[in-house]
Amino acid sequence: MWKWLHPYAKTENAYQLCLTLQPWLWVGALACLLIGSVWGLAFAPQDYQQGDSFRIIYIHVPSAILSMSTYVAMAVAALVGMVWQWRTAYMAMIAMAPVGAVMTFIALFTGAAWGKPMWGAWWVWDARLTSELILLFLYIGVIALYGTFEDKQQGGKAAGIMALVGVINVPIIHYSVEWWNTLHQGATISKFDNPSIAPEMLWPLLVNLLGFALFIAAVTTVRLRNEIIVREMHRPWVVKLAQKGEK
Amino acid sequence: MSALLIGIAQRDLRIAFQQKSELVQPLMFLLMVVTLFPLGVSPSPDTLQRIGPGVIWIAAILSSLLGLERLFRDDFNDGSLEQYTLSGVPLSAIAAVKVLVHWLVSFVPLLILSPLLALFLNLTLPMYIALLLTLLVGTPLLSLIGAIAVALTIGLQRGGVLLALLLIPVFIPLLIFATSAVDSAALQLPYYPQLAIIGAMLLLALALAPFAIAYSLKVSQN
Repeated sequence: MWKWLHPYAKTENAYQLCLTLQPWLWVGALACLLIGSVWGLAFAPQDYQQGDSFRIIYIHVPSAILSMSTYVAMAVAALVGMVWQWRTAYMAMIAMAPVGAVMTFIALFTGAAWGKPMWGAWWVWDARLTSELILLFLYIGVIALYGTFEDKQQGGKAAGIMALVGVINVPIIHYSVEWWNTLHQGATISKFDNPSIAPEMLWPLLVNLLGFALFIAAVTTVRLRNEIIVREMHRPWVVKLAQKGEK
Repeated sequence: MSALLIGIAQRDLRIAFQQKSELVQPLMFLLMVVTLFPLGVSPSPDTLQRIGPGVIWIAAILSSLLGLERLFRDDFNDGSLEQYTLSGVPLSAIAAVKVLVHWLVSFVPLLILSPLLALFLNLTLPMYIALLLTLLVGTPLLSLIGAIAVALTIGLQRGGVLLALLLIPVFIPLLIFATSAVDSAALQLPYYPQLAIIGAMLLLALALAPFAIAYSLKVSQN
């Protein structure tokens, strides 16, 4: 069933796949982000309570959702690497880590900017903010662990274990802080059968969510290609690629 | 197999008691960190009672980070870890034994020290009992999860701060539930739910951590 996936364990095939996917991802990401942002920021109706300041939701919610999904994707990549002994999977995990960390940071930053007019404070020790901050710490831990190893293959495995430990912890952290303190407004779009958001506000949000996802994928493919080239510098196909010049 | 495991346990215990300074230093650190809070925050009994459980738990986590490294360091340096790997006994069982010994020599003294800490921070008797129970259930969790990170960083020259970076976020749920249990005890409320959650986390860690430690040790030895 998963046999089609196996050729991509070879770095050369993974590199070629990245190269093929990359233009599509970039085009899709830019198109979605442009449509979603313009629609959301300029044309969606005002919120009856929060006025125009609610519009930051079009950046805040996608980055927050995807910061968590990226961490899960990292853990899945680590698991794949561990089970099938794929070096490429660890490379993909490491390629994703800084992208996810930046998404977490964007979510925190836009959240702070939104919190100031709404709650009257840049930062409050609310459950979701805290768990997002801890998620950022988990990302930093994985990146720092990988960076400390000189043998990058060993570093990838070690960072993979840490990502898996973290992913078991993410729900525990989430529910522990939720139970500990809650001020944040409830989830807006997770309840699809009866969303607490008007459809004309929801659509640009979903478009932007897709745009952010494609953007993360696009940056990841670029970083993965880079990682593959750096790690496989001695391979004949990389040497040939370099001799052929910029591609 | 069990003879080897018992042998490892005896050997580790003997080594631990020969290196008494390494055992005592984290405890002294704990005591001093706790001493800083009345000086830095406020010596008023009410304040101390309110922040006390959190202070003791934070100090326990920080001091455990200091002592954790010796869990595998010497065995890694003198090569006995490689012998364990080759011995044919599952590395996860050996790791579990080593974690158990580590808990005995570094956290049981902490439990013995805890009445003094409770006295310093003006905890009431019900609060102290709750604190002791959370320490009893929670500190093995510190040892088990900490051992994974130690096993990952053992081959690195500068692992000390990294260990803290990796572990502190992972210990946050434990801190939240433990202090909330003691707070409930202060209000005369039942605190079994919190204790049960810590127990559940301990059981989960007990089931998974030995394998994660063994795998990490193999990665570290390449």
